[in-house]
Amino acid sequence: MSILAHKNTRILVQGLTGKAGTFHTEQALAYYDTQVVGGVHPEKGGDSWISSDGRIVPVFASIAEAKQETGADASVIYVPPSGAAEAIIEAIRAEMSLIVCITEGIPVLDMVRVKALLEKSHSRLIGPNCPGILTPGECKIGIMPGSIFRNGSVGIVSRSGTLTYEAVFQTTHEGFGQTTAVGIGGDPIKGTEFTDILELFLADEETDSIIMIGEIGGCSEEDGAQFLIDEAKRGKKKPVVGFVAGYTAPLGRTMGHAGAIVSDGKGNAVDKMAAMEAAGIHLSPSPAKIGKTLAHILRG
Amino acid sequence: MDVHEYQAKRLLNEYGAPIADGIAVYSVKQAEELLQKLHGPFYVVKSQIHAGGRGKGKFKELNSNAGGGVRLAYSVDEVVAHVKEMLGCTLVTKQTGCSGKKVSLIYIESGAKIQRELYLSLIVDRSSCRVTFIVSTEGGMDIEVIAEKRPDKIITLSVDPDKGVTPVDTRSLVDALALDGLAREDGLMLFPRLYNAFLEKDMSLLEINPLIVMDNGHLRVLDAKISFDDNALFRHPDIVALRDISEENAKEIEASKHGLAYVALDGNIGCMVNGAGLAMATMDIIQLYGAEPANFLDVGGGASQDQVNAAFKIIVEDPNVKGILINIFGGIMRCDVIAEGVISAIREVGVKVPIVIRLEGTNLEKGKKILEDSHLNIISADDLDSAVEKIVASINGV
Repeated sequence: MSILAHKNTRILVQGLTGKAGTFHTEQALAYYDTQVVGGVHPEKGGDSWISSDGRIVPVFASIAEAKQETGADASVIYVPPSGAAEAIIEAIRAEMSLIVCITEGIPVLDMVRVKALLEKSHSRLIGPNCPGILTPGECKIGIMPGSIFRNGSVGIVSRSGTLTYEAVFQTTHEGFGQTTAVGIGGDPIKGTEFTDILELFLADEETDSIIMIGEIGGCSEEDGAQFLIDEAKRGKKKPVVGFVAGYTAPLGRTMGHAGAIVSDGKGNAVDKMAAMEAAGIHLSPSPAKIGKTLAHILRG
Repeated sequence: MDVHEYQAKRLLNEYGAPIADGIAVYSVKQAEELLQKLHGPFYVVKSQIHAGGRGKGKFKELNSNAGGGVRLAYSVDEVVAHVKEMLGCTLVTKQTGCSGKKVSLIYIESGAKIQRELYLSLIVDRSSCRVTFIVSTEGGMDIEVIAEKRPDKIITLSVDPDKGVTPVDTRSLVDALALDGLAREDGLMLFPRLYNAFLEKDMSLLEINPLIVMDNGHLRVLDAKISFDDNALFRHPDIVALRDISEENAKEIEASKHGLAYVALDGNIGCMVNGAGLAMATMDIIQLYGAEPANFLDVGGGASQDQVNAAFKIIVEDPNVKGILINIFGGIMRCDVIAEGVISAIREVGVKVPIVIRLEGTNLEKGKKILEDSHLNIISADDLDSAVEKIVASINGV
């Protein structure tokens, strides 16, 4: 198995007809025939979207209609920031079980509203401001480059896009391959935290080891570490390699990601690394050594 | 985006927050003309810069016995004398860094007799995912200091976004601040309005420190700091109009125009990286090798030609930069395309310092060959560690 995205995941695209939506949908369709079953655009319902190699995807006026017509269970959002929160809310109201929001730059107070709705729903939101989810050989939701993946045994979860790719590339290079990679996103308020994904990887039979890549800001690395400690007491334990970016970031500055900021001394890399080490996570000294660190633990 | 204290106060006043009469002046002449509008009985003369710690700050150009960036005055003449002395000078506070900030604007307010100093702020709390009040009866000092000295005196209250600030919430806030009489009535009215202002204007921080109880029993906002969510500015042209670009780093403004995330730092290795996480990690490794990065720069996940060009320009215009490290993980973009983009940018911008480039991803060999064939002064590296090693060695002349 893998987590969240599988061969039979049926995906709707919100923002399909835009530039990013079009580009990445073509990439997804080309990746092992990922099942993109519909697009959504309020004014283009009834139209069709056609990829450059002639694949046809029907466009619907609303998520609810698209879901009913296609039996989709997942939605990916490429809508610009000003309308992205409403797009997520529409997907929650249509009871999509998985919502993946790629959009960067959503106002944080919009996400406060989204989060309140999400907590009362059955939907799971990944992101926003994330690269999405990829299960090698099966399904690509979002913008991760499929070419660097290889089917295997490592579960990867990260707040950063390119550091996810580093971990994927290195685990492919070391011959481990991946079960699934999940980018949870760089925003301060997001749908899914480390803890949620760690829980899924611990439960997934094919995932033998986990890579967890954090960065400064907030306390989701500490929460994830505590979760691993608690689960280990219940006998659920897998080898985990960790990395935290932003050790040298200046105080009070937002480092690219809206959520990457050390304020009032809180959310700094030192505390996160200490919490992760205390949970038995093997920290990689450099982002270039994530794969090697894992190989060292697993192969000695 | 940050605004000046006087702008923050005027905005809060539109929502009914009690503030003193005040005038913002750019010159001594303006101060003399407008001072009659203030009622006194005494005055507070406040430097307007985007940094905290102004009261205890020191002016670079004045001798060390001179007053700080916030001063009391008991006559109109005294106010004018302070304005004359402070305007145009550089104020150094614990938040400005040692270079300080030039004071070109001064806010003059009527003073008030203080009975109590309180602390109140609103933030977006990442753990509860809600807008949260933080209050304390120990106002007048920094919240970090209160947190260290009297952590029991800090009370937080998260607001349910579906309900807004309820009467129960408001009562617990005035109780937490031990307000009674007129001040209590003021608080009951004020606190829900501050929450509304926070939401309507997309603030990311609203800090009132101190919020005072005056000797007449009423509340007043004595100092205020507001930061707005940059991602929400598109829907607030009125807030964008308050922006004072002289307070911001010129390179950071230029970078944001090209969709680049850039933070100026003090070192001499210019960095160009795709992705925020990888850019931070690159800075970390540079310091691990004993050198200092000149900047954080995220050229974007796709690293488009326009962005790469703009990034080079910004980096080479920094006189501290002695070498450039490029670290690009080609995801969906192929390494050969990136290599061509980097070469064309180097030729266009005319880079004179050594460049080390580390590329990874699809078509890596093709990309490396393009770099070699360019005959430019570019050093290729196979991984991030060796890339950093090479750039550090080249700036040290090894």
